[in-house]
Amino acid sequence: MKKIVFAASLCLLLCSSIVRAAEPYKVGAVFAVTGPAALLGEPERNTVMMLAEQINAAGGINGHPLEVIIEDTEGDEAKTVLKVKKLISSDKVAAIIGPTRSGTTMAAIPLVEKAQIPMISCAAAEDIVKPVKKWVFKTPQSDADAVRRIYEKMKEMKLTKAAVMSGTTGFGTAGRDQLKKLAPEYGITIVADETYGPKDTDMTAQLTKIKGTDAQAIINWEIVPAQTTVMKNKKQLGITIPLFQSHGFGNIKYAQDAGDAAESVLFPCGLLFAVDTLPDSNLQKPVLAAYRKAYEEKFKTDVSAFGGYAWDALSLVVEALRAVGPDSVKIRDYIEQKKNFVGVSGIFSYSAEDHCGLNKMSFAMLTIKDGKIVVAK
Amino acid sequence: MSLLSQVIQFLFTGITIGSIYAMVGLGFTIIYNATGIINFAQGEFVMLGGMVMVWLTAVLHLPLPVGFVLSVLIVTVIGAAFERVAIYPLKKPKVLILIIITLAGSIVFKGAAMLLWGKQTYGLPHFSGEAPIVILGATILPQALWIIGILIAVVALLAFFFNFTMLGKAMRACSINPVAASLVGINVKRIVLLSFAMSAGIGAAAGIAFTPIVLMEFDRGALLGLKGFCAAVLGGLGNGTGAVIAGLLIGVIESFGAGFISSEYKDAIALGVLLIVLLVRPSGIMGGREASKLKEF
Amino acid sequence: MAIKRHLPLMLFGCAAAVLPLGLKDPYYLGILVFIGIFSIATMGLNLLMGYAGQISLGHAAFYALGAYATGLLTAKYNVHFLPALIAAIIVTAAIAYVIGIACLRLKGHYLAVATLAVGEIVFICLNAAVGFTGGPSGLAGIPSIEIGGFSFDSDFKFYYLVWAVFILLFILTANIINSRSGRALRCLHSSEIAAAAMGINVTKLKVQVFVLSAVYAALAGVLYGHSVTFISPQSSDLMFSVKLLTMIVVGGMGNLWGGVLGAALLTLLPEMLSAFHDYELIIYGSILLVIVMFLPDGLMGGFEALGNKIIRKVRARGRG
Repeated sequence: MKKIVFAASLCLLLCSSIVRAAEPYKVGAVFAVTGPAALLGEPERNTVMMLAEQINAAGGINGHPLEVIIEDTEGDEAKTVLKVKKLISSDKVAAIIGPTRSGTTMAAIPLVEKAQIPMISCAAAEDIVKPVKKWVFKTPQSDADAVRRIYEKMKEMKLTKAAVMSGTTGFGTAGRDQLKKLAPEYGITIVADETYGPKDTDMTAQLTKIKGTDAQAIINWEIVPAQTTVMKNKKQLGITIPLFQSHGFGNIKYAQDAGDAAESVLFPCGLLFAVDTLPDSNLQKPVLAAYRKAYEEKFKTDVSAFGGYAWDALSLVVEALRAVGPDSVKIRDYIEQKKNFVGVSGIFSYSAEDHCGLNKMSFAMLTIKDGKIVVAK
Repeated sequence: MSLLSQVIQFLFTGITIGSIYAMVGLGFTIIYNATGIINFAQGEFVMLGGMVMVWLTAVLHLPLPVGFVLSVLIVTVIGAAFERVAIYPLKKPKVLILIIITLAGSIVFKGAAMLLWGKQTYGLPHFSGEAPIVILGATILPQALWIIGILIAVVALLAFFFNFTMLGKAMRACSINPVAASLVGINVKRIVLLSFAMSAGIGAAAGIAFTPIVLMEFDRGALLGLKGFCAAVLGGLGNGTGAVIAGLLIGVIESFGAGFISSEYKDAIALGVLLIVLLVRPSGIMGGREASKLKEF
Repeated sequence: MAIKRHLPLMLFGCAAAVLPLGLKDPYYLGILVFIGIFSIATMGLNLLMGYAGQISLGHAAFYALGAYATGLLTAKYNVHFLPALIAAIIVTAAIAYVIGIACLRLKGHYLAVATLAVGEIVFICLNAAVGFTGGPSGLAGIPSIEIGGFSFDSDFKFYYLVWAVFILLFILTANIINSRSGRALRCLHSSEIAAAAMGINVTKLKVQVFVLSAVYAALAGVLYGHSVTFISPQSSDLMFSVKLLTMIVVGGMGNLWGGVLGAALLTLLPEMLSAFHDYELIIYGSILLVIVMFLPDGLMGGFEALGNKIIRKVRARGRG
């Protein structure tokens, strides 16, 4: 009897020591899984779940399992604040990835700054990292860089008059600002500045107005599905000038929904969609190909740039955890000095002055040809 | 583009969108007449119509006319079931309670659609080609003509139903005075059921016709419902003709507002016109004076 | 009698004062702060709807006006909090007064649509005035509330501020309800014509209540802005107006405690349901549906009925 008790207690002791050794590393994630930005938040959540599974299947991080606690913000600022508070105080996470939207990120910034927890946002707006906030990073490319790529392309095509269309969302407004700000630098005049609501059903009125101007190209800036209607309406009205989309077009679904109206649309985007056309020497190619294959096999749906933002954010945190352990201060310092991190959206090099980490070279100018995304010539 | 063709283009756009608002507004009107409530789930019927149609034609590969009829039927049944489950069991409910019930219903419909079809958008092929028709420099899609045609068909059917059938007349009697109607042997509860079924069906038809032009997703219903609600009230609550006129008017004002004034303020312009009309005519364009007094909270 | 009437509030105040001492977690405090903020907004709306019988689907606009007024003044123009607050109240009251005079001639659903239109127009303007409000990207960097050198800079301090404001407003509202104008209000609710016949200036009274309820909403907005330190038009869209209305109906219209219960339920429920992920929406809708169907007088009405039932049973047993 005594022997059994002894064995049992030994067993317990062993088990508990194993459990202690394998204390999970906790990372929080806040995404707009439901609500108006669900189309962005869902691939982000899926990506994070998939990546965490892969990491744990491969033995975790230095023997510690990775535990990602995913919270749904519904794209709502008040909810985001609560969820971030919960992650910080109840779950005691070492770092936070997300939120999905610019507005919710801005609402979460004061909390992480105060609690001194690093947050890697998956939202695009410049305001998030300009001015630099000590604890806040982001993975999507900058609007300004996307604008630069578009204007460079316009110059190349000898186009100087642009008509701007943007949605009345945080993403649309931020892009519109940058388009206006950078236009003089490239000698481009904006001849029309139209907006539409994220749930609007028709943009022919705005496009008709543009048709009446002498615009040589239309630049449309939005991240929600409404941008597909712009393409369809443009075709209906028989407007033939080139259409540029933003990096918010990073979802093959948008092109499919627009059908042949999406043909020859130009947009700056990460290399994810053009992975097949990349040379083998490209540093990003293995990462992109692996991510795309795993995602499409697991979820039976196309990858999107949004999922890529989450992949980069979590991978950065995981690398930091591997290097310095679950210490928030050290994770932040690690990410800030991280150079040449090969991610989905580009090759990241952070610094104390730059918490975005990407430059305009992370974009390729893509286009739609025969319903497929290819690199624009 | 000449000014004339611009004006015509804005008119085409406005009428197309307005036809959808008008159909949603008609749905509000029918339920309002039978029950006095504003059905917040009306926009969800439009969404469901589009989604079911996508499912039937794209997944089950049913031909278009069959899909259309089946989708309308399915959503009609959903509307009727909603009434049986959530409205029918209540005894002497307050109007505001019923309104919140329809609001809760709209959340359930939205949640169910999200579970069934996910969060992505769905498109449908146009009924008869995508080649736009050019008239005086302005263009209109054949699908827009379908939408306008369906609106005309719905209006004609309703006019026939309310004026020439026994059941339609019974419904009108109910809206004027439910107590008196039940005294002459009309089953008021059944009329309420019918009103939900009918508005669900009309909403579904609007949704199906609309999906090829826009795209449908689980949370598109709310905004369409809102616009339809405005149309129903602007027209004079309970007045079908008013709802149709007001729906078209809102669509046209939005389109001209976006084209000639400012696309940023286009909805504000339409709502501003709505406010002014209401302040000048407190019971809407076609509403009778007594209509505004009926059905207090 | 006075003590008996104020007993629930005193008990509530004591509970509210003690609660955070055992509950230091910022997450729970954050939830309670939001419940407090929504309770303040619903209190005004409840006065308007439950007592005066006038519907509003545009109260999000006043909430936004309050939040943006103090937010802009303190964050952009470095105005101190108290003058900013006074400015916010005056601005909201003035706008509400104009809207009230224009719209309150309308009735029922027509009033609902008119207020809805006002709310949407304010929402669109906040979105469009990018240079001034920050547009859809929002307004960041709103400082903590500072009164007389004391800064409410932690969840703990903010909790006490919000609930102190709530209790003060509750006392004020309860006094109004039990005053001459309160009785006039209820008279107005049952019949406007009868009220007018008894010499009540119906229009004036309606506008007064409307302005007061708008100021409550603005105060809630002010507290929201300074607690989150960030606002965007999105937090005060039409759905927020509808949410406030739902809180009142679910909690119990025409009962001041009803608004609090509704605010608590509609804030807590999504938090508790978040474990259900994609099923959350459908479960949330179903729960709402069931509550409204089976408790037509709201949670408060349900509690009262239950209380009466128990009292009757106890009495019956006492007699038997």
